[in-house]
Amino acid sequence: MEFDTIAAISTPMGEGAIAIVRLSGDEAVEIADKLFKSPNGKHLTEVPSHTIHYGHLIDPKTGEVVEEVMLSLMRGPKTFTREDVVEINCHGGIISVNRVLQLVLRSGARLAEPGEFTKRAFLNGRIDLSQAEAVMDLIRAKTDRAMNVALGQMDGKLSRLIASLRQALLETLAQVEVNIDYPEYDDVEEMTIPVLLEKCSWVREEIIQLLQTSSQGKILREGLSTVILGRPNVGKSSLLNSLVQENKAIVTEIAGTTRDIIEEYVNVRGVPLRLVDTAGIRETEDIVERIGVERSREALKGADLILLVLNYGEELSIEDERLFETIQAMDYIVVVNKTDIERKIDLNRVHELAGKHRVVTTSLLKEEGIIELEEAIAALFFEGQIEANDLTYVSNARHIALLHQAQDTIEEALMAAESGVPVDMIQIDVTRTWEILGEIIGDTVQESLINQLFSQFCLGK
Amino acid sequence: MPTNYEAGTFDVIVVGAGHAGVEAAYAAARMGAKTLMLTINLDMIAFMPCNPSVGGPAKGIVVREIDALGGLMGKVIDKTHIQMRMLNTGKGPAVRALRAQADKFQYQHEMKRVLEEEPNLQIHQAMVDELIIEEGEIKGIITQIGAIYRAAAVIITSGTFLRGEIIIGNLKYSSGPNNQQPSIKLADNLKELGLDLIRFKTGTPPRVNNRTIDYSKTEIQPGDDVPRAFSYETTEYIMDQLPCWLTYTSEQTHKVIEDNLHLSPMFSGMIKGTGPRYCPSIEDKVTRFSDKPRHQIFLEPEGRNTREVYVQGLSTSLPEHVQKQLIASVPGLENAEMMRAGYAIEYDSVVPTQLWPTLETKKISGLYTAGQINGTSGYEEAAGQGLLAGMNAAAKILGREEIILSRSDAYMGVLIDDLVTKGTNEPYRLLTSRAEYRLLLRHDNADLRLTETGYKAGLISEERHAKFQLKKQRIEEELARLREVIIKPNETTQAVIRSVGGAELKDGIRGADLLKRTEMHYEHIASLIPSDVVLSEDEQEQIEIQLKYEGYIQKAMQQVEKMKKLENKKIPENIDYDAISGIATEARMKLKDVRPLSIAQASRIAGVNPADISILLVYIEQGKIARINMN
Ligand SMILES: Cc1cc2nc3c(=O)[nH]c(=O)nc-3n(C[C@H](O)[C@H](O)[C@H](O)COP(=O)(O)OP(=O)(O)OC[C@H]3O[C@@H](n4cnc5c(N)ncnc54)[C@H](O)[C@@H]3O)c2cc1C
Ligand SMILES: Nc1nc2c(ncn2[C@@H]2O[C@H](COP(=O)(O)OP(=O)(O)O)[C@@H](O)[C@H]2O)c(=O)[nH]1
Ligand SMILES: [Mg+2]
Repeated sequence: MEFDTIAAISTPMGEGAIAIVRLSGDEAVEIADKLFKSPNGKHLTEVPSHTIHYGHLIDPKTGEVVEEVMLSLMRGPKTFTREDVVEINCHGGIISVNRVLQLVLRSGARLAEPGEFTKRAFLNGRIDLSQAEAVMDLIRAKTDRAMNVALGQMDGKLSRLIASLRQALLETLAQVEVNIDYPEYDDVEEMTIPVLLEKCSWVREEIIQLLQTSSQGKILREGLSTVILGRPNVGKSSLLNSLVQENKAIVTEIAGTTRDIIEEYVNVRGVPLRLVDTAGIRETEDIVERIGVERSREALKGADLILLVLNYGEELSIEDERLFETIQAMDYIVVVNKTDIERKIDLNRVHELAGKHRVVTTSLLKEEGIIELEEAIAALFFEGQIEANDLTYVSNARHIALLHQAQDTIEEALMAAESGVPVDMIQIDVTRTWEILGEIIGDTVQESLINQLFSQFCLGK
Repeated sequence: MPTNYEAGTFDVIVVGAGHAGVEAAYAAARMGAKTLMLTINLDMIAFMPCNPSVGGPAKGIVVREIDALGGLMGKVIDKTHIQMRMLNTGKGPAVRALRAQADKFQYQHEMKRVLEEEPNLQIHQAMVDELIIEEGEIKGIITQIGAIYRAAAVIITSGTFLRGEIIIGNLKYSSGPNNQQPSIKLADNLKELGLDLIRFKTGTPPRVNNRTIDYSKTEIQPGDDVPRAFSYETTEYIMDQLPCWLTYTSEQTHKVIEDNLHLSPMFSGMIKGTGPRYCPSIEDKVTRFSDKPRHQIFLEPEGRNTREVYVQGLSTSLPEHVQKQLIASVPGLENAEMMRAGYAIEYDSVVPTQLWPTLETKKISGLYTAGQINGTSGYEEAAGQGLLAGMNAAAKILGREEIILSRSDAYMGVLIDDLVTKGTNEPYRLLTSRAEYRLLLRHDNADLRLTETGYKAGLISEERHAKFQLKKQRIEEELARLREVIIKPNETTQAVIRSVGGAELKDGIRGADLLKRTEMHYEHIASLIPSDVVLSEDEQEQIEIQLKYEGYIQKAMQQVEKMKKLENKKIPENIDYDAISGIATEARMKLKDVRPLSIAQASRIAGVNPADISILLVYIEQGKIARINMN
């Protein structure tokens, strides 16, 4: 829908200590106001234009404080898009920005398409005529590509699951409809509140499950699972400690569930890392030696990122080469540590083995090279094929936002059903849930319900 | 060839006097256009070729809408029904609907009488063969016997008559419904004029004599025993009602069908037209839902002064001798005498995307089509279109503003928008699920939605309008009062609340909020905080619905607001879609075909995606900027 309120992160990801989530549209101020709590209790709807406010974002559902923010409010038409614009400045980490974005999206804004702020600026007469053609090309190119990426990105299993949720909702809806449009058919079972409750609860559970396991959601919540790998004494524990120390403000401890391991959770330039098996590493007990190459391969399977540590002061060993082999299909960065001692390692050979993967040299003792390593990690996450990454992120954020909305609407349906609202009203929120799920898999054909109705039931004179 | 002669000049000519034609003619005449209504057979005005019933879910709301705009259907059925029932009373207010069983003969007579009274309307029996077109504009029509009638607006409402063919078993012959004369030359003429036609099919069940029905084997289905009416003007109610009867198909029915399936024209391939899914023949039902042991059969009287009974549920085009076996297999109908056999009928209709939302054809200025000819099915769908086509034709002649209802105004808006924007590949029937804002399109508020529009067009009398305004005002005032006045938690209050099983009050509460509780009704609130004015039942219902479902209604209203913004983004009529770079080929074709009037309409076209809409917006904006620059 055009001219609704759109939102997006408007600062490059992972750079800078501050990130901005921008909203534009008629409801920008209203939406921000729903979430914003200022220490002196003022409402954004009442403050003058082009002013900046300090306060907190509160999740209206739980009442919890989500973020400490600075918020600038600019009313149209003196804005880039000529619409009301709110910019929420928050901490730069990918987690906090995304939390803010998701909150805004759940409160009535829609995730902006690529180039959409520019498009609005144009539509509202902000950009001049000579740029029209360019804008049209931009819209076409970006929307098509975003669509392709979004669809291509959908994992078959996910889209099948969503399709099955929709089918369950559709059958429920058809049953509601058939009772409405054909009340004289006494042999068609009435859709009763208990049946409706059961179906809707099931869909709700599935949506919650999906949100918990969606890849972006998982990474955002749990971090990229990262394994520090290397022979004994190359400096794995030291590397872990310096990463943790550098980023200590955001360290959290999560107790492992299956095995008794402590995982370190650090945020490197906006990229959340979960350093796995750190307990073992800390005790200088070598993971490779302990469980053997075969089994370490198993352990490595779940990793999103490997940091392979080599010793600058020693020649490459057979084990080193074997580690390269083990991780060849994975994302990894090679860390050649201990540059403060005399070089024995053959760096050419290291580069040869690493291929397109990055190689960073460090001296953890002298605290050198750590910044470069952090940059390499951030680059791996955000750069590469920048466009694709950007779009991947967009489509994922969209899926999550839509799933959240679907959860909200199905919960409204459930609440209504429990409080004795007539079935045909509850149906409104059930239909909405069905539509939202359809947006995720790119299927919003209206006729489906009527088709379902006539294939599921035998109707008519 | 007959010798042509000049037979007269009118403002509006309506071809056809079915459910679409009568509304069109009445509306045009009432609005002040000098109107002529032509029909093949004057004894068949407003004839019901299929079931003797009016209304039902969605359709019943259309009848209310027709009445709110000043149309006829509601008033006439109120006078001529044999029973009426409110449906879906156990559900929410959005889906309640009225259905009447009609005395189909009385209905026709009453309709004919009302039309004959209209001073501005001339009625004449004639077969129209040809349209007179000059430079893309309609100028009049020529009848079979050569009479030339001239007019600047013509509305065709030919129903299922265009190249109609009746099919029973392996027999197929040229005919209109119920063996009336088909309309063949007109169909050819429309084709010659370049209109795209599509072949559809529908069918009807056999009729039996009720003298030979054993009702003891059936269940009675009486009407409601409270007064009911479609029209807001009706003051007299028919309480002497006739019941319908319910029975079922038997194993034997299914066996007869299976044994004779090879004789069905549906399966032999003789029928080529597309039939409606919601109106399947019994042979369709039995084969498609083979696991269903039995199907419902309703026995509906065709009128008070006839013994003929319509056998709803047994629509078929099997040969007559098989139909007789079918009837005999139904409990209660073992010895029933068949009076007419069921049949299927194929006919031409106009592909409706060739129409503007006013129902004027895009190709020929001043030519309108309405009713089943536009691919719909059903009396109410036809009547609604007829009314709007009549209003628009008259408006055009009289130089008034066109009347287009939006999807949030009325079911009729949904119907016409669907037809002209999406087209249809089967006979189109309204269903409540076709309306995305059905909570707003209720039976109870049709007058609030549409009376003003009818009044502006001149179809609602001053007296009725004044009454309507008073009602509106009383509702608004009472709503305001209930939102204001606080009910105290005293013993009287608690007693009333206890009596309906509610939770007692801890604090004072506004009347409106107390009424929102599921168990509370207006009368309870009014007993606690009495109003100076005594509200009518209608008004009380209105208040209750508006307050109880306020949350849902507001949500729907917000959606409507959003859509209205896009509705207000008009697409210039002279837009050149070929000149817009970037629009996908399929979208371009669809846009050129449908020629949507607004961005909202464009976005509803299948095959036009959001990127195309964006580009369209940019282009339209560009045009605007260019104009500003030029000035
Ligand atoms: C056999 C049958 C079964 C049906 N079954 C169903 C059903 O199950 N469910 C349902 O909803 N609807 C059904 N219908 C459809 C319903 O009857 C129609 O939708 C409705 O009557 C259409 O109204 P109308 O005004 O468009 O056309 P009609 O009521 O058919 O009226 C057409 C009028 O046009 C006139 N006319 C035609 N050609 C000319 C001409 N050349 N010159 C002058 N006058 C002309 C005719 O005389 C007639 O007055 C059925 C119809 C038939 C025939
Ligand atoms: N000279 C030097 N010593 C280092 C460096 N990094 C780690 N060490 C030392 O190497 C030894 C082994 O380090 P540790 O981190 O425990 O290695 P691990 O076995 O891989 O976990 C310790 O004595 C560290 O102090 C470095 O950059 N330079
Ligand atoms: Mg160690």
